[in-house]
Amino acid sequence: MHARADAADTAPNWPDDIFATLQRFDVRQVAYVPDAGHAKLIQRVLGSSTMRGIPLTTEEEGVALLAGAWAGGQRGVLLMQSSGVGNCINMLSLIPILRFPFLTLITMRGEWGEFNPWQVPMGSTTQGVLELSGVKVLRASNAAEVPAVLEAAAAQAYNALTPTAVLLSQRLIGAKVFTK
Amino acid sequence: MSKANLLDRRQVVSVLLANRGDVVAIGGLGASTNDIIAAGDHARNFYLWGGMGGAAMIGLGLALAQPNLPVLVITGDGEMLMGMGSLATIGLQKPSNLSIAVLDNEAYGETGGQTSHTSAGVDLVGVARACGIKDSRAISTMAEVEAFAKAVQDVSAGPRFADVKIDSANLERILPTRDGTYILNRIRGDLGFQPI
Repeated sequence: MHARADAADTAPNWPDDIFATLQRFDVRQVAYVPDAGHAKLIQRVLGSSTMRGIPLTTEEEGVALLAGAWAGGQRGVLLMQSSGVGNCINMLSLIPILRFPFLTLITMRGEWGEFNPWQVPMGSTTQGVLELSGVKVLRASNAAEVPAVLEAAAAQAYNALTPTAVLLSQRLIGAKVFTK
Repeated sequence: MSKANLLDRRQVVSVLLANRGDVVAIGGLGASTNDIIAAGDHARNFYLWGGMGGAAMIGLGLALAQPNLPVLVITGDGEMLMGMGSLATIGLQKPSNLSIAVLDNEAYGETGGQTSHTSAGVDLVGVARACGIKDSRAISTMAEVEAFAKAVQDVSAGPRFADVKIDSANLERILPTRDGTYILNRIRGDLGFQPI
């Protein structure tokens, strides 16, 4: 188990890889409910001239937002933590009905050295919930595989209209450490 | 049954869309989507048959993607209450081309007329204003509806919100197409986008 690296000098580079892929696929609307694991990516998005960062009050808003974005000709992506997947379930029904490109990047909690038991139930069902809802699930467990996984996910989501989630595992992000 | 002092929903929507110009109209799940088809089918009508609580967010995504296009969400009080957080999200983004009209009959008309929170005084106009949507109007006359319809065309002065008090009459159902892919791709086609 290792601590989450949030400080600038120890910040990981894989969020930059994600940002570059999203840029290459011309993603314009980036909806998110913040998570520590997404902090660096969100920072990059908010500093971008081509992407618009859109903070949500709850994750399901992001699913509907991406449907509207596509109606208006733009691609979007939804960033959230695993607990947010549960908030999305009914809204995920828009995806097969409207057939718009759907990509979501999910930082995992409730696995790999989790400290907080309250994260475990939703973290354990995240993949199952997505799959039952018709979303294909890919996973990145270490920094080296992030670029290839992101590339595959973006390609199938935007080119083949295959609803896709990438689980960024807690092993990649680092288990959250609570100090008194 | 109509009450004398409340507006007729079909008349309200018909005025909102009478001189629609380039407007893309999004109809929330429930009677609102039927009111939109009752005013006439249109390639830029986004009929929702599900995704309750999502109408305003679909409007936001579209408004941000097409900032010069007037986008009008027409939905009910129950649907808006379920997506109330989206008013905060919209208040933050402030898309100047987005308008939201809530047809407020203070009830869940589709499910037997159970009273909604607005019947007990929950003030959606107050919520919208507190979320940063400065142009938030409580509408009770057709003259105000006409003024709102005119304002929708101004894509530089939104976002705007209106809560229109309507009577709770259950009208004859006029049903739009239920084919979501058709609905979405028809809008995209009309905006000039090719299929993938």
